[in-house]
Amino acid sequence: MKRAFVMLALCASPLFTSPALADATGDLGLVIERATGSLLVIDRSDHAAVGRVEGLGDLSHASLTYSPDERFAYVFGRDGGLSKVDMLERTVVARTVQAGNSIGGAISDDGSLVAVSNYEPGGVKVFDAGTLGLVADIPAEGKTIGLVDVPGRRFAWTVWDTGEVFLGDFAGAEPQITALGNAGKNPFDAVITDDAHTYLVGLFGEKGVTAYDLWSDQPEPRKFLTDYGKTEEDMPVYKMPHLQGWAFTEGQYALPAVGHHELLWVDRASLEEVATTPVHGQPVFVIAQPASPYVWVNFATPLNDTVQVVDSRTHTVVATLNPGKAVLHMEFAPRGAEVWISSRDDNKVLIYDTRTREKVAEIAADAPSGIFFTARAHQPGL
Amino acid sequence: MRSLLLLLALAWPAAAEVAPDRAAELEHMVTQDCGSCHGLTRKGGLGSPLTPEALAGAEAEGLATIILDGIPETAMPPWRPLLTEEEATWIARYLKQD
Repeated sequence: MKRAFVMLALCASPLFTSPALADATGDLGLVIERATGSLLVIDRSDHAAVGRVEGLGDLSHASLTYSPDERFAYVFGRDGGLSKVDMLERTVVARTVQAGNSIGGAISDDGSLVAVSNYEPGGVKVFDAGTLGLVADIPAEGKTIGLVDVPGRRFAWTVWDTGEVFLGDFAGAEPQITALGNAGKNPFDAVITDDAHTYLVGLFGEKGVTAYDLWSDQPEPRKFLTDYGKTEEDMPVYKMPHLQGWAFTEGQYALPAVGHHELLWVDRASLEEVATTPVHGQPVFVIAQPASPYVWVNFATPLNDTVQVVDSRTHTVVATLNPGKAVLHMEFAPRGAEVWISSRDDNKVLIYDTRTREKVAEIAADAPSGIFFTARAHQPGL
Repeated sequence: MRSLLLLLALAWPAAAEVAPDRAAELEHMVTQDCGSCHGLTRKGGLGSPLTPEALAGAEAEGLATIILDGIPETAMPPWRPLLTEEEATWIARYLKQD
């Protein structure tokens, strides 16, 4: 044994330190434990919790993104805390409370900048991904939502109070901020398509979704779905839908109908509504199962113990599952074989095989909400 | 047991109006569902702060009405389909006393 070590030492290039026994991070992930301000480190292949990171503050409505090497997670807390977490050491290596109240963030395409979307004071702050030192501070006339990374070290965001949309270019010495006009009344969230072509802004204060063509030199707002559900009374919205992870499949967008128990299907090219699917409740997350025709949907309280699977070809519900109480989030294995589902009130993460749609394992977690696999590091918009 | 209940009722008038197990559910609802917009620690989010300090100037009855009927043109929904008037009043007092 000792000889083997000596041989390894001789073979190793002096240019590289050799973390021979270190874990890889490619099948790790983090689960947000919202009540305790902690993160559960999970191993996707082993179906196991392998560690816990504590001291992250108020993690209600928290999200995170990963460094390009999948070594670090940047965690965006409700209390304005931005934390950098080491996936291998399972420690917080840097933390700044950068605002009073924040909602989410994004990492630039090159991994050099981390941007945070803030409610109070409203605006976007941009940080050095290495040190978390402040790089830029862009105030806004209200709460910022829907912050996404755009290729070329850029970010786009939207203001809830005013409906304004901005594109910020951080490639040069000074940030260049371009106003992209008005998306509409009270945009609640926004998302960028997987090809970074379209920035879609969901509206709460009026019917509709506004699309921006980010491949255009001068992106302009284009509103669609302006009259969905007009034949029925809107229901109270007990939880705002989330658009990150919006399903883009079969040449369509699968969108949550705000205030209705429906999914809306829109042709990606024409932006015309092609179908609606009646579902169990008001959709919160509508997420495409990778490499499949299916989208999975969870629902707002009080109908949040159910998950449905919808076929994007026929627009019909093909399965209804009851994973547990208060299902908050779903995360797919990158190639789609499994989906991990958080049940906040059962204090569990449930793992389903997507082919059989049977539960194959479960992991104890403390009031789990968002689940984030490290593979997100390589997907624009995540 | 009866004296304990009496004591609880005296110490915390709001608790008298809903059964203890329902009160636990309401507490959970405030933390988790109200917390979605108002923050787990109620310091605000998309919705305004609901800390005792923030609500100091508001009457419980008025807050209960907002809980039940929502605020039109905002993201605050009416919770009347899910709550009785007694439960809404319990939540309003719970927020103010917390």
